[in-house]
Amino acid sequence: MRSRKNLSTKNYSPSFMSKFYVVIILLFFYLPIFSVMVFSFNSAGSATRFESFSLKWYVTMMKNDELLNAVQVTVTIAILATLISTILGVLGSLGLAELNKKYKGWTNFILNINNLPVVNPDIVTAVSLMALFMSLSAVFSFGYTTMLLAHIAFCTPYVVIQVYPKVLALDPSEQEAAMDLGATRFQSIVKVVLPDLSPAIISGAMMAFTMSFDDFVISYFVGGKVSNISTYVYSMRRFKPEVNALSTLIFLFIGIILVFFEFYQFHKERNDDDDVKRTKSKKIVVSNC
Amino acid sequence: MAFHVNNIKKQKTNGKGFKANATLFSATPYFLLLMILVLLPFIFIILYAFMSKSASKIYLTLDNFSKFVTNGNFVAAAGKSLLFAFVTTVICLILAYPIAYFIGRSKAKVRSLLVTLITVPMWINMLLRILAWQQIFGMISSWTGITLLGTDFAIIFGMVYIFLPFMIIPLYTSIMKIDPAFYEASKDLGADSVETFFKVSLPLSMPGIISGITMVFLPAATSIIIPQELGDGNSKYILIGNLIESYFYKGDDYYFGSAIAVVLSLTLLLSIYLVNKLDRTNVKDRSFVKKYAKFGYEKALEGGNR
Repeated sequence: MRSRKNLSTKNYSPSFMSKFYVVIILLFFYLPIFSVMVFSFNSAGSATRFESFSLKWYVTMMKNDELLNAVQVTVTIAILATLISTILGVLGSLGLAELNKKYKGWTNFILNINNLPVVNPDIVTAVSLMALFMSLSAVFSFGYTTMLLAHIAFCTPYVVIQVYPKVLALDPSEQEAAMDLGATRFQSIVKVVLPDLSPAIISGAMMAFTMSFDDFVISYFVGGKVSNISTYVYSMRRFKPEVNALSTLIFLFIGIILVFFEFYQFHKERNDDDDVKRTKSKKIVVSNC
Repeated sequence: MAFHVNNIKKQKTNGKGFKANATLFSATPYFLLLMILVLLPFIFIILYAFMSKSASKIYLTLDNFSKFVTNGNFVAAAGKSLLFAFVTTVICLILAYPIAYFIGRSKAKVRSLLVTLITVPMWINMLLRILAWQQIFGMISSWTGITLLGTDFAIIFGMVYIFLPFMIIPLYTSIMKIDPAFYEASKDLGADSVETFFKVSLPLSMPGIISGITMVFLPAATSIIIPQELGDGNSKYILIGNLIESYFYKGDDYYFGSAIAVVLSLTLLLSIYLVNKLDRTNVKDRSFVKKYAKFGYEKALEGGNR
């Protein structure tokens, strides 16, 4: 049986023009990235003329305490928010699936709230969290804690979106089998349920990490005087060339992570090709119900 | 024998009952998080939208909404946001269709390479990419003397740059699903390539076009960074996002800021709902895809569908 995907490529021979167009669009996507990389090695401070190769802006960057502090805030918040929201999201998804068995209406209500930060524009989520923390100003002052709480609040729904459908698609007899064989409930979750969910958990966690790492709007409104990379760059009065150095490092860092991730997925796909086929057919059955 | 089976069944349900309670209990932090940090803040801004403050007395009012509707500047900002978002969406659609068609009809290997190449820049901080364009525009001005920064062109250019992938990804997935037998049939029946495009490709890729439009239009209409950085921070170019920012952050009237945010949020939620009614694809898929795009659209569909 031929899949539909293969069918769509039949009898298609793109013209030179369309290939040329694809290259132009890709250049459009990468031009600013290359330009930043090149200018990070510029010996002059000007962003209009490249003079000679120099690492001077990397040195300046290492001396800019405010910027380094922003990097530290971004990284620690991203790690903490990812860890906490992944744990909350996975436990929440398991709980929601359980709730769904008895109270479908409540589950849908909770899922709708879950989707609120996803569907709402970020700026609405941001001002609503700011309004909350303002009213609780007796307990919180705007800063690291409020930023962390806000990041957990908008990352967790994304983890649930990734994990919850996979929990529904789990075959309950697998866990029952484990328990019949003498596993405790905890053991059955750790040894059977979590491994089954691990691809969804990994993508949920990665999504939470990048969302938190990239966030500007929400951090800007709830961070107070604490800034992450985005808010630091945004509130700079004048453009500082060391930001180019930082951007280059971030581009390289993310590039390396992506290459690893692609490799991991490729490797995994090859290893459990049969498994994938089986789960895919299962998914089709479930989604048709 | 019958007794035995019964016994096992009983044991199972007991086990399950225990499991259910413990699982629900361990989800409590998640439920609390949703109530306190998602629902409660949203209720707060809705309440704020109906409140105002004078001489340290807070009272209930509809003034915020009437102020928004009657003041020409605010309506102008909202209109400008919608206009910019509309132009951006149209340009994205025109630019994205050919490349999405190319990707959708390429062989699996070429397709996944191209999709990866298109999604990689999306992982990089949007602000940093916009600042890169800010520098390039500055460079162009210093070479040619044409001022780009601070113009409408620069803002729309930046929006197209940031949101184009959100158009390409849903488009290519729906083009990929078109059976090429349709193209052949259309050709056999005497249609030329233009007719084939309008009578086959375009109608059959409609779901992708609609998802692409919502995914580009909504974030473009509410962006803060792009108008701020490429519009040179000029108050003349203020869009709705910057307006909310100015009331919450720089000014003090967060009651009025809340009213704008509530109007914005309700408008967008309603439009998503209406588009969802028009189009049978699950709304969740589409609105999520803005972030899911990074992970490949097909995966997103698998995740959000049920």
